[in-house]
Amino acid sequence: MRTPLLEVTGVNKSFPGTHALKDVSFELLPGEIHALMGENGAGKSTLMHLLSGVYAPDSGEIRIDGHPVMLRSPRQAQAHGIGMVFQELSLAPGLSIAENVYPNRAPTRPGGTIAWGSLYRQTRELLAQFEIDVDPRTLVRDLNITTRQIVEIVKALSLDARMLLLDEPTSALPPNEVERLFDVLRRLKARGIGIVYISHRIPEVMAIADRVTILRDGQRVGTHPIGAVTPDDIIEQMVGRKIADLYPARADSFGQELLRVEGLSHERDFSGISFTLRRGEIVGVAGLMGARRSELLRALVGVNKTTSGTIAISGSPVRIQSPEHAFALGMAYLPEERKTDGLFLKMPLRQNISATALRDFARLGLMSARKEAAVTQAYVERLHIRTPGVNQLVGRLSGGNQQKVMLSKWLVRQPKILIIDEPTKGVDVGAKVEIHALLRELARQGAGILFVSSEFPEIIGLADRILVMVEGRLVGEIPAGQATEQNLMLLSSGYTAREPAAGG
Amino acid sequence: MVEKSSTAPLAEAAPPGARWWNSALRRFIGTRELPLLALIILVVIIMANRNPNFLTIANFRAMAVGFTPTAVIAVGMVILLVAGGFDLSVGAVLALSGTVVARLVLDGVEQPLAVLLVLALGGGIGAVNGVLVTKIKINPLVATLGTLSIARGIAQVMTEGISISGLPSSFGRVGGEQLANIPYMVIIMLVIVVVGDLALRHTRFLRQAYYVGSNENAARLSGIGVDRFRIFAFILTSVLAALAGVLLASRLMAGTPTAAQGLELQVLAGAVIGGASLTGGEGTVLGAFLGIVFIGIISNVMTMEAVSIFWQQAVTGAILIAAVAFDMLVRRRRV
Ligand SMILES: Nc1ncnc2c1ncn2[C@@H]1O[C@H](COP(=O)(O)OP(=O)(O)OP(=O)(O)O)[C@@H](O)[C@H]1O
Ligand SMILES: [Mg+2]
Repeated sequence: MRTPLLEVTGVNKSFPGTHALKDVSFELLPGEIHALMGENGAGKSTLMHLLSGVYAPDSGEIRIDGHPVMLRSPRQAQAHGIGMVFQELSLAPGLSIAENVYPNRAPTRPGGTIAWGSLYRQTRELLAQFEIDVDPRTLVRDLNITTRQIVEIVKALSLDARMLLLDEPTSALPPNEVERLFDVLRRLKARGIGIVYISHRIPEVMAIADRVTILRDGQRVGTHPIGAVTPDDIIEQMVGRKIADLYPARADSFGQELLRVEGLSHERDFSGISFTLRRGEIVGVAGLMGARRSELLRALVGVNKTTSGTIAISGSPVRIQSPEHAFALGMAYLPEERKTDGLFLKMPLRQNISATALRDFARLGLMSARKEAAVTQAYVERLHIRTPGVNQLVGRLSGGNQQKVMLSKWLVRQPKILIIDEPTKGVDVGAKVEIHALLRELARQGAGILFVSSEFPEIIGLADRILVMVEGRLVGEIPAGQATEQNLMLLSSGYTAREPAAGG
Repeated sequence: MVEKSSTAPLAEAAPPGARWWNSALRRFIGTRELPLLALIILVVIIMANRNPNFLTIANFRAMAVGFTPTAVIAVGMVILLVAGGFDLSVGAVLALSGTVVARLVLDGVEQPLAVLLVLALGGGIGAVNGVLVTKIKINPLVATLGTLSIARGIAQVMTEGISISGLPSSFGRVGGEQLANIPYMVIIMLVIVVVGDLALRHTRFLRQAYYVGSNENAARLSGIGVDRFRIFAFILTSVLAALAGVLLASRLMAGTPTAAQGLELQVLAGAVIGGASLTGGEGTVLGAFLGIVFIGIISNVMTMEAVSIFWQQAVTGAILIAAVAFDMLVRRRRV
């Protein structure tokens, strides 16, 4: 039996109002990919923060190579061979890859100036190990999300890490790119590096992990070799019950046309986009990296400017100038990036929820804290948002719970047309089911919903109709029921782009 | 169904004895107003024992009248700071407004009309600042530094650098007289501070300041008119600066083009000591007011202890840095 690289025994960690980890034990072997799963707020990121020296445990022991250690800072954790990639990407977009990989420890010449030549050479060598062929001088801003994620990993490994902690590395990746990341992970595994892999995507965990540890309410419920469990077992252990139907029943009839887009084009991002959305209908947009789906959504609500094409809402043509204007027309847009575009992290939950519909929470111009609290409480219960109370600052919630707050924040507005970029990014299975049910309910009440998701199963399960986008063009339309992951993948990779008849 | 019960009691559970103190202390340090108020009371107690002339109505009245212009402007400035902007031109707007109102009154314009015209002038300058910053996207430092110079310059040109005096005594009533022993100036200031504080805490309209300043993108996507609100905040700040100019002119019975040099820094220092952040999203009117009171008391104390006026400026700077450093340390521990 190999000695574990990392052993955690009986750790506890509390935050004000939350006992985030209760007597948790965990171990990581060399060359093992150990998945960590659990509902939003179960304590996964907190455990990872303890291992990377961001927080100190209240009690319990951490051993590395069999020796007890105190990890007082990320620097110390690195010195012990622990590399980490946090839930939110942390690269500096304005700097080059090389500068990001070697922040403040770039090779220097005598006199302290940076030895650019050897910096670039070292970075190129590191990248080459993962068969990534990009110039280390490229700015991070210009990289696609997968390459960014891989650069994060390269950065974490640049200090000779023997253990790698990954917090939801695939939550922002499109399906075909996940495999690229997995290649990198397998390569590391072969080198004997131990990897902790946090994810909500069960199929991915089944595909890549050797063992899985499941947390619930801050406690470990079990550790299993991956061959010994089924996806249903994992779900049941995570949420404490079985989940029968992952997706709500589809609608069988739709109302009038709400949104008609014709020939919409943007300078570089997309061109000739035409589609419609009816009352009660949920339309999903599928696509891979570079499909420009997010750009399309942003243009629809006036964040990005378009060059030609028309948009009509309920039959009357509109020129949407700004998100504010879109709002006034009954159209709401949920962005993909919750930290930068979606939430007010330093403000309490209840004030986040009321932001899109201030009028509904005010009487005679005065905000009603009581109404804010009541409505927020309702969403907290409906979506199982894990929080000590409605006055908690949103920045202190776990990633998935922040996503739920963001969704609630726009649902409160009860828009006629709801446009969502990644409705369940980072959300656990149980809450996903709730969110899908909520969206279906909204549609049943007469709203039209257009959404983008990087998970094909979600698109297939939730949408009534699927649009497929490739490099800024719509290449196909598939009714619900006829879509499979295979044909979506084929269409999305532009396979039938030359045969316009596809799907119909 | 079952799992929900596990989170609720956690939130409600009464913390054991030791924790209670901890959380009370945390809450105390967590707000800015309470520690600041405690500090102010401490200074007052110490000084009352050192100098018999300190804790007198006359001294406090003089002090309050002294910081009235700063406090009035701070109400606007803190709203602007919360919304993620700031304005360096307030001292210059104050001076320009003082000279213009004096000129108008001397030229025989009815006093209420003269005041309204000057407030409108302030509003105009604020609108220019707001448009430069939000629409043309000039950094607020640069934009308001520019209007600062322009306003000061016009005030100097108008008066050829000399104060306008010889105003009718009726003009000095607000600045010089009292109601039940409280100067009108102070009453006006207190009304503005109280109304400003309640409005920023409770009105739907001013709530937007926190959204705009916390996360501009998210505010936009939440349907909030970010630019419109910021322009409003610039206008409000400038109108209050103009009002402060009128009050000061009334007190001094003169329009002085060189009045209130460096006042913008005092206003900013007071607001920041009171918990406002230069990056937006944080601050209260009460906090800013207490910050200004604190600076006022300290400079009063230094005058009484015969500290040179030049040192006083240095001390204000030191207090500002100490307050912000304290804030950063507390915040880092809170994560
Ligand atoms: N800095 C903090 N202050 C207060 N509470 C915190 C803080 N960080 C985490 N928590 C709380 O600790 C609990 C566990 O959070 P954690 O981030 O570990 O969850 P997670 O399992 O990673 O969830 P997710 O899947 O949503 O990312 C949550 O209830 C969260 O609100
Ligand atoms: Mg997490």
